[in-house]
Amino acid sequence: MLTDLGIAFGRVAFIMLFVLNLGGLLTWVERKQSAIMQDRIGANRASVFGLRLWGLFHPVADAIKMLTKEDFIPARADRVLFNLAPVVSLFFALVAFAAIPFGDSLRVDGREIPLQAVNLNVGVLYIFAMLSLGVYGVMMAGWASANNYALLGGQRAAALMISAEIAIGASIMGVAMVYGSLNMMEIARGQGALLWGWLPAWGIVTQPLGFILFLTAGIASTKRVPFDFPEGESEIIGYFVEYSGMKFGMFMMADFVETVVIAGMTTALFLGGWQVPYLGPEGFVFPWGTMWSLSHLAVVALQILAFSLKVAFMCWFLMLIRWTLPRFRYDQAMRLGWLGLFPLSILNIVATGIVLLGLRA
Amino acid sequence: MGFDSRLTFRQRFYLVEVLAGLGITAAHFFRNLGGHIARTIFRSKRIRGAVTIQYPEERRPYSPRLRSLHRLVRREDGSPRCVACMMCETVCPARCIYIVAGELPNPDIEKVPVRFDIDVGKCVFCGFCVEACPEDAIRMDTGILEFSSYSRGGMVYTMDVLLSLEPAGPDGAPRSTVPKALWAKER
Repeated sequence: MLTDLGIAFGRVAFIMLFVLNLGGLLTWVERKQSAIMQDRIGANRASVFGLRLWGLFHPVADAIKMLTKEDFIPARADRVLFNLAPVVSLFFALVAFAAIPFGDSLRVDGREIPLQAVNLNVGVLYIFAMLSLGVYGVMMAGWASANNYALLGGQRAAALMISAEIAIGASIMGVAMVYGSLNMMEIARGQGALLWGWLPAWGIVTQPLGFILFLTAGIASTKRVPFDFPEGESEIIGYFVEYSGMKFGMFMMADFVETVVIAGMTTALFLGGWQVPYLGPEGFVFPWGTMWSLSHLAVVALQILAFSLKVAFMCWFLMLIRWTLPRFRYDQAMRLGWLGLFPLSILNIVATGIVLLGLRA
Repeated sequence: MGFDSRLTFRQRFYLVEVLAGLGITAAHFFRNLGGHIARTIFRSKRIRGAVTIQYPEERRPYSPRLRSLHRLVRREDGSPRCVACMMCETVCPARCIYIVAGELPNPDIEKVPVRFDIDVGKCVFCGFCVEACPEDAIRMDTGILEFSSYSRGGMVYTMDVLLSLEPAGPDGAPRSTVPKALWAKER
């Protein structure tokens, strides 16, 4: 009983620390990566006892700054909703990662531990629901601030979310059809199969259109450039104008955590999750017949490493997109969502269905 | 005439163009990252991963024509070359120069400044005072650019301070410093 509790706690703690640390680290990555892309050096002045570590202390300095800043609430604001909004925003971003598997089952003393915070048989729907609920925090922030600009920002966010979430849901359907499950673990396992004996059946291979649609809609749901018109921090100001201190920090954190979640979802659904090419439960089995047998623990460690590296790569790629593309105009993003992504993802479902029917016949 | 703003299908399709843009930024990223890593490993100043000059530690050479903080030129015997003719005070558009003239028994010179104050806080760095001076007694070639102060009084440079400043070196780097007492001066 106590062991079960400990194992469950450990699984949750792993995911929680993974997401929170990666989210915090992403603030550093964002500064440094954007700087390196633009031939700059980036923030490097925060130091502890003269030790700078390429600016790695800046996230800590940011946290201290935000925690010690004045926490201002506008006089006419709805105090309850105003305080609740950042919590809602961050909470749903954090819990979304729970259904993403970071490795296959770990066998210890005859006990089978799925490497996933919760093993849900509707994992895809759960993540989808949590991502959609995140927009409530944004809308609450816009409404409770008693500020017209914040309200308009909240409305822009809601409009963007609705047009993006539909495309996310519809593009995931193709993956669910190919692997025949809504369970993230089953989908990740299904991606270990080999096509024609050599090509790993990752989602990006079986669903290339779905991958592009999901990534586009996923970036839109993180509310970051090129879809950052809900905030538009440089000029049109968005839903968090009235927020200061750590409440603002929580909104910023939610953005980074959503980036991690989208990176994790892309990894789990399209990049094979924890799969390493040709790595089976007994070790590597290459298509040309070579075999390397590995112990169970080594296999699990490789899987977790592969998952982490894939998520890190996706975070890097999302940052690359964020620092390359200019912002979409509001109407352009609406048109892209409703006239581009949505019909294409329906087309993807239909095409996937026809191909699957043809393969089964 | 002009630029055809109609987009081709490939450009309107967006995805190809986006990938091309991502290729450019990713190439910059990896080239600069390689530069940073090589710089750290080989400890070489010649390899650069960024165009940044980290200002207080690194400085780019200043042009010899740069107009920086003023100084008063001295004669061989160390007395100010200024003859208090008031030309600079008259020409100054910002009226930041304040001179009080005194007499000198030497018939070749006759006049000398008793006070020569420049309020750098008002100065617009036009260089008219240097142009107007018939004796080449005021110059703006110290290379000193950092003379901020916590008070307005700290921006007023008196004659003895102005006389103590040296011209900049050949690379434009200042050879004299602003007296620290001025930084926190209250008046």
